[in-house]
Amino acid sequence: MRIELSYPLLLAALGLVTAVLFVVSLVTGPAGIAFFESLEALVTGRSGAASIVMQEIRLPRAILGAIIGASLGLSGAALQGYLRNPLAEPGLLGISASASLGSVIAIYTGLSAAFTLALPLMALTGAVGAVLLVRLLAGAGAQTITLILAGVAVTSFAGAMTSLALNLSPNPFAALEIVFWMLGSLKDRSMTHVWLALPFILIGWAMLFQVGRALDALTLGEAAAATLGFRLERVQALVVFGTAACVGAATSVAGAIGFIGLVVPHLLRPLVGAEPGRLLAASALGGAAVLLAADIAVRIIAPERDLKLGVLTALIGAPFFLWLIFKQQRGGQ
Amino acid sequence: MTSALSARSLCVRLGGREVVKNVSLDLRPGEFVGLLGPNGAGKSTLLKAIMGLVARSGRLTLGDRPIEALTPTESAREVAYLPQEREINWPVQVRTLIGLGRSPHRGASSVPGEADRAAVDAAMAAMDLVELQERSSLELSGGERARVLIARALAQETPVLLTDEPAAGLDPAHQITLMATFRKLAREGRSVLASLHELTLAGQWCDRVILIADGGIVAEGPPDAVLTPGNLATVYGVRAQITVSDDGLSVVPTGLI
Repeated sequence: MRIELSYPLLLAALGLVTAVLFVVSLVTGPAGIAFFESLEALVTGRSGAASIVMQEIRLPRAILGAIIGASLGLSGAALQGYLRNPLAEPGLLGISASASLGSVIAIYTGLSAAFTLALPLMALTGAVGAVLLVRLLAGAGAQTITLILAGVAVTSFAGAMTSLALNLSPNPFAALEIVFWMLGSLKDRSMTHVWLALPFILIGWAMLFQVGRALDALTLGEAAAATLGFRLERVQALVVFGTAACVGAATSVAGAIGFIGLVVPHLLRPLVGAEPGRLLAASALGGAAVLLAADIAVRIIAPERDLKLGVLTALIGAPFFLWLIFKQQRGGQ
Repeated sequence: MTSALSARSLCVRLGGREVVKNVSLDLRPGEFVGLLGPNGAGKSTLLKAIMGLVARSGRLTLGDRPIEALTPTESAREVAYLPQEREINWPVQVRTLIGLGRSPHRGASSVPGEADRAAVDAAMAAMDLVELQERSSLELSGGERARVLIARALAQETPVLLTDEPAAGLDPAHQITLMATFRKLAREGRSVLASLHELTLAGQWCDRVILIADGGIVAEGPPDAVLTPGNLATVYGVRAQITVSDDGLSVVPTGLI
């Protein structure tokens, strides 16, 4: 079977799905506000409690869902294209693990209890530290395999430090808080979180969207891409720092959310003729749609139990990924 | 006449070993030059050194400009390079893949223009790929894949074309098509340098051949002056049956020395 869909049409369709899910996210929640009433409360801001719920709880949640999902999808597509490996994902460079470590330190030391923004700020510091360390280990313009190895080393080390924090946690509540945070969630985030993450996310997007043509050329390998006029050192810097900026910011406000950066580009690749450049915008929109859908699902499936977003994405993502591999395997024979 | 590409005293060291030793060569407009030599002689490394893909010393000029004076995009409009590794990473459509050769000409525009389409069409026609253009490039056979990648380099439409073992894996008909295409490009005033293992192809189609061994040039000149029993014995260690006909020189290795 071959699906024929022009590229602008695909983007329009994905954009429409994302927009619809954004609105559904806005009207989904335990407060039980009716559809039109909730949108009116959001826009006018004159409906008392309903307006507060809409503007201060649901709106930031929906915005974060969209921009974080887009960041994960986009950076996943960029990394897969750059490394020419369909198994690459945003966590590969150690950014997610290090952002998690930063936030764990904030929780462990009690900094996050002292002031709210300590947690995302520490997470961001962790992400920046990770990317600088990876660049230091691998060197600028390093071979991709060196870059991956440096990422693995940083991920392992950040993971070990996180385990150490759990191990030595002074009380079970801090340990529980750390574990819960690491599962990833968009619950109870405010517009402050949006304003904190948004600048980094936008910078990350601006960097990643520049590499589309170079990623296309890398389909032919590094030697051919270099002789087609692309500066691969610059491409590497844009991919690494762009991913760090948007995934670091995303992890710092929402915790580690897996599988979207891996699965979404994989899912959309056949729809863009496998062109890595076109996959960028498609995966950004697709990532936003999937994360919004997942965040709506956690609120519908278990409204009282606070099902974590990262748990759901992995729970659905892993079997789905297996199915994709299975299907591909059979298709290839 | 100025050379299209000129290299002076090129040296490459890889892992402490000198792989290219003090090579100087000129590629003039209108010539198709074969680069010959046994495995490990340094043919690929020499081509990579010219393309700046390995660290080199020496001087390199394109036309009358030193290569350092050109931006990467400018030099990509002057010289196209076909790597020996036939790398294709994603199941991109054949036509789209060949279109990547237009990257240095397209500037910031995201859609290919008329000239781009014409160049891709011409490259596909030259490499007998018109029927395959809608296929996914990972569904191709080895030889088809090789032709697609050659077409990508042709679509770049550069004055200078460097190709690393372009004839490897092609059937006899497509080998001849390839050689005829390179000769035609040369007759149009462009310069083609191709590393080859097929001595008869070099003998029949190349205007000039450069024979290298152990990183240095052993002999260069017209095929019949270079592909002599003596040179073949010292460089390749083979005896060969060499015949001259209207088609040029035919070299058939018959045994080891």
